[in-house]
Amino acid sequence: MSDDKPKRLALISSQGTLDWAYPPFILASAAAAMDWEVSIFFTFYGLPLLKKDIDANVSPAGNPAMPMKMPFGSKGFQSINWPIPNVISNNVPGFESVATGLMKKTFKNKGVATVQELRDMCVEMDVEMIGCQMTMDVFGFEKQEFIEHANIGGAATFLEFAADADVSLFV
Amino acid sequence: MPVVKTKKAIKGMEIGQNLEMISTDPGSIPDMQAWARQTKHDLLESEDQGGKFRFLIKKTH
Repeated sequence: MSDDKPKRLALISSQGTLDWAYPPFILASAAAAMDWEVSIFFTFYGLPLLKKDIDANVSPAGNPAMPMKMPFGSKGFQSINWPIPNVISNNVPGFESVATGLMKKTFKNKGVATVQELRDMCVEMDVEMIGCQMTMDVFGFEKQEFIEHANIGGAATFLEFAADADVSLFV
Repeated sequence: MPVVKTKKAIKGMEIGQNLEMISTDPGSIPDMQAWARQTKHDLLESEDQGGKFRFLIKKTH
């Protein structure tokens, strides 16, 4: 393997909610574990995933098919898919933190790593992480808010890497 | 996560050594097969033990 050119994965992470934070880090860590070169470009709402402490929540808005299941109780109770009308999920104050808590608990029960743990793995396996300069300027982020591993760049920085990528995904 | 942890374990081993890995991730059999094909390590055994999955991997390089 060492004399072959490694495969490359180029990811764009553009969403910052908890559910959208998982896919790029799961894919990146798996690819890095397969000796691929990986770069993630964090842009728009994905940019806060580079902050030292990740504070990602689940937003029911725009997720009309999001299943609501309870991470406790009997197996039958846990398998119930609670129909939450949009009027409640989008308007009741505190619903977002309830949904976030339930999802975090469900993930923990199933033995899934946290987003932060997955990101730590990616850093350890030298996944390149690029924060979008333009998004920083627009939304008022400073480099020192981000983990040290993060580099800053623009579209051209990402595209140069992606030009030789075997897999490119926009998340 | 099984592939990530396997990769970390393999990294600290000598070529020719075998790694026994046990996972609870139901997706780990196809994932470990893919991982072995990609990394060119030898997946000697993979076994569904009902709720647990056991693998034997030989470090080849």
